[in-house]
Amino acid sequence: MYKLLLCVRYLRTRYIALASIISVTLGVATMIVVNSVMCGFQHEMHKRLHGILSDIVVEAHSMEGIQDPESLVEEIRDEIGDDLVGMTATVHIPAMLSFKVRGQWMTKQVNLIGIDEKSYANVSEFGKYLLHPENRKQLSFDLHERGYDPRLREAGWAYRRMKVAQERYYEEQMRKLEAASAGESTHETVATATTDEDSGDDLPFNFEIGQDPFLEADEENDARTFDAMTQQHVGIVLGIATSNIRHRASDGEIVDLFLCKPGDDVKVTFPTAGTPPQAVSANFTVCDFYESKMSEYDSTFAFIPIGQLQYLRGMIDPQTGAGAVSSIQIKLKEGADLNAARDSLRERFPAEVFPYRVQTWKDMQGPLLAAVQMETTILNILLFLIIAVAGFGILATFFMIVVEKTRDIGILKSLGATSRGVMSIFLGYGLSLGCVGSGVGMVLGLLFVVNINRVADVLETITGREVFDPTIYYFQEIPTIIQAHTVAWIVAGAMLIAVMASVLPALRAARMHPVEALRYE
Amino acid sequence: MSKLTTVRSNASERDASPHAEPLRGPHFRIDAKQDSPKSAPTKWLMEARDVRKSYRKGAVLVPVLKGVNATAGDGEFMAIVGKSGSGKSTLLHLLATLDAPDGGEIHFEDRRIDNLPTTQRDGLRNREMGVVFQFYHLLPELTTLENTILPAMIGCSVTQFWGKRRALRRKALDLLEQVGLSHRLKHRPSELSGGEMQRVAIARALLNEPKILLADEPTGNLDRQTGVQIMDLLRSLNRDRKLTIVMVTHDSAIAKEADRVVQLVEGRVSHA
Ligand SMILES: Nc1ncnc2c1ncn2[C@@H]1O[C@H](COP(=O)(O)OP(=O)(O)O)[C@@H](O)[C@H]1O
Ligand SMILES: [Mg+2]
Repeated sequence: MYKLLLCVRYLRTRYIALASIISVTLGVATMIVVNSVMCGFQHEMHKRLHGILSDIVVEAHSMEGIQDPESLVEEIRDEIGDDLVGMTATVHIPAMLSFKVRGQWMTKQVNLIGIDEKSYANVSEFGKYLLHPENRKQLSFDLHERGYDPRLREAGWAYRRMKVAQERYYEEQMRKLEAASAGESTHETVATATTDEDSGDDLPFNFEIGQDPFLEADEENDARTFDAMTQQHVGIVLGIATSNIRHRASDGEIVDLFLCKPGDDVKVTFPTAGTPPQAVSANFTVCDFYESKMSEYDSTFAFIPIGQLQYLRGMIDPQTGAGAVSSIQIKLKEGADLNAARDSLRERFPAEVFPYRVQTWKDMQGPLLAAVQMETTILNILLFLIIAVAGFGILATFFMIVVEKTRDIGILKSLGATSRGVMSIFLGYGLSLGCVGSGVGMVLGLLFVVNINRVADVLETITGREVFDPTIYYFQEIPTIIQAHTVAWIVAGAMLIAVMASVLPALRAARMHPVEALRYE
Repeated sequence: MSKLTTVRSNASERDASPHAEPLRGPHFRIDAKQDSPKSAPTKWLMEARDVRKSYRKGAVLVPVLKGVNATAGDGEFMAIVGKSGSGKSTLLHLLATLDAPDGGEIHFEDRRIDNLPTTQRDGLRNREMGVVFQFYHLLPELTTLENTILPAMIGCSVTQFWGKRRALRRKALDLLEQVGLSHRLKHRPSELSGGEMQRVAIARALLNEPKILLADEPTGNLDRQTGVQIMDLLRSLNRDRKLTIVMVTHDSAIAKEADRVVQLVEGRVSHA
């Protein structure tokens, strides 16, 4: 009983000890903040990565791809059974994306992905990241009239018509101007003008378009009869960062400058399926943007209809008419064991026999996820060391207090207190200091986490420096997740350190000889 | 080590004769209330038998107690006098089992207590003995009332204490009233005078209703008048409660208040 009473009294009268646990408080608060932010980032990344990738991917090794996807799909269906929610085939290929910006061609390297517009959104959250609300419901590679994201201001058919009209007007003017200035070389001028005009509409590597469901409009139209005013090429969905420039205006607003928008035409160049691969190019009309907020994906992804890609790359078997695919994306039920499904698929299609590779989305993003995990771990170790250092501060302070309390210890012993009792006073004291320290730290940390974006804003205005730059992560805010068990671990760890730091002083107090303690001045 | 043994053997040779000390010394006050007649052999409560204690000062072993024999009868007020540094406090600490003698035995109620295990000694000190010191030794963080209840808190577990807390509080209040401090319950020791602190210390020593009160110069730090008050208090406790008191002092005027005075000279008892 006296132990409790004295603990409380010592807590209330020894502010120096409270000072010594401020470092514990700060350590706990920092650890909670860091863990919450890291966890938020990790979660956000997982969500994004997983949103983009399907649960399990069966990927072909070769550029030619999986020749007979139908039967493979059936076998996968058999293998996975009940857990299966959806499957879709895709073709992945590295490609070059070119678009014209003020008369100059800009080229970007992209991952061109041929997707099935009907089923692709079922296996991943692809649809969610599209900018046009209609596309979010059901993807279509047709350009919409309007209704894109407000950031794009004008986009869609209206924009396309306006732009084409503008271009034609300029060309008209140019032609007139040149005809007037260089009358003798009329012939050449006309030739140049034609090529100029072609830039947007021409299909330079033209091909005989076969049975292509997506090209109804273009099918009959040769390059020369294609009317950009009323017609579009096959649609392409671009990652938003492939063609935009994001920067911060002087007032701190984030400004996106789109070099091409839905309605513009782009040229995509990619290798064919044969050996050696040859480059083919085709025109596409941007019909939407894809914004997953993962800068890596947003800046490299471009989606087109799989049939078109198969056709252009020559992946369609002339005999059967079946197109080869480079991967099959599988979506499982919520909560299904991905690793088990992957392992069973691997067993079914051993890598030694089949030219496929079966991976879960986590496997595919392994290094990235592991890197974030490792960062978290290292930060935690460092911060915990700080708390441990704080532990030594507590140790020193406690020794001081025990020395200061020498006579009181003698008194307690003369009144019949056992060594154990005396020891538990100081252990309890350490524990309560640990509780107070880590409790306050916990509250501070949680408050900080909850208000982290406000804090960042305030810091920004004070220091004038950007604390969290949304242009890096494409997050508008710092994401945080508070995990109860992490907080519990941190608090428990800090309390343990406080108790451990009080063990030695408490032992010393317990060992004190009562008479010597009483004589102590 | 060899030195220690020499000192010891010397001491025991010299101590051989006064070994059989009479159980009761002369009474300075003839007390009408004392029911046992002078001649009848009174039951003794605490006894020191040939107790030795030396302190090591560097390499030298300094003997402080060289074989002390003393007996406190049940209900007796006994004073031990000696000049400063003669080892009175040392002896009192040994009697209170706060320290262990180098040689000899200490008996309390027919059993030897100096060689008991620590926890038993702690319990004994808590329940059977009350100790009062020259410098009061109150806990500065606790109030008067809390300081008084402290021995009960030490003796009980939390649940026991909770069960008895009203009774204990009552008792502490009674004791504080007896020592005249009912108006100082919420004060900290730093807010009390020396005499008041010593009275709190006495109240504290009495809380667990000990059989014996061991007081080390209880008036040593007080002015004459306050000292007399404290002595009156002890005297009345001895008289009304039949409390056995062993008091150590260097002041023979104070010692005269006691039933019997024992003198400590050169580490031995010589009867006054
Ligand atoms: N811990 C110790 N170490 C060494 N010498 C001590 C110690 N405690 C007491 N002494 C010595 O023992 C002698 C007796 O001390 P003490 O019992 O306090 O005397 P008194 O109470 O009669 O004044 C003194 O000379 C003192 O210096
Ligand atoms: Mg003394």
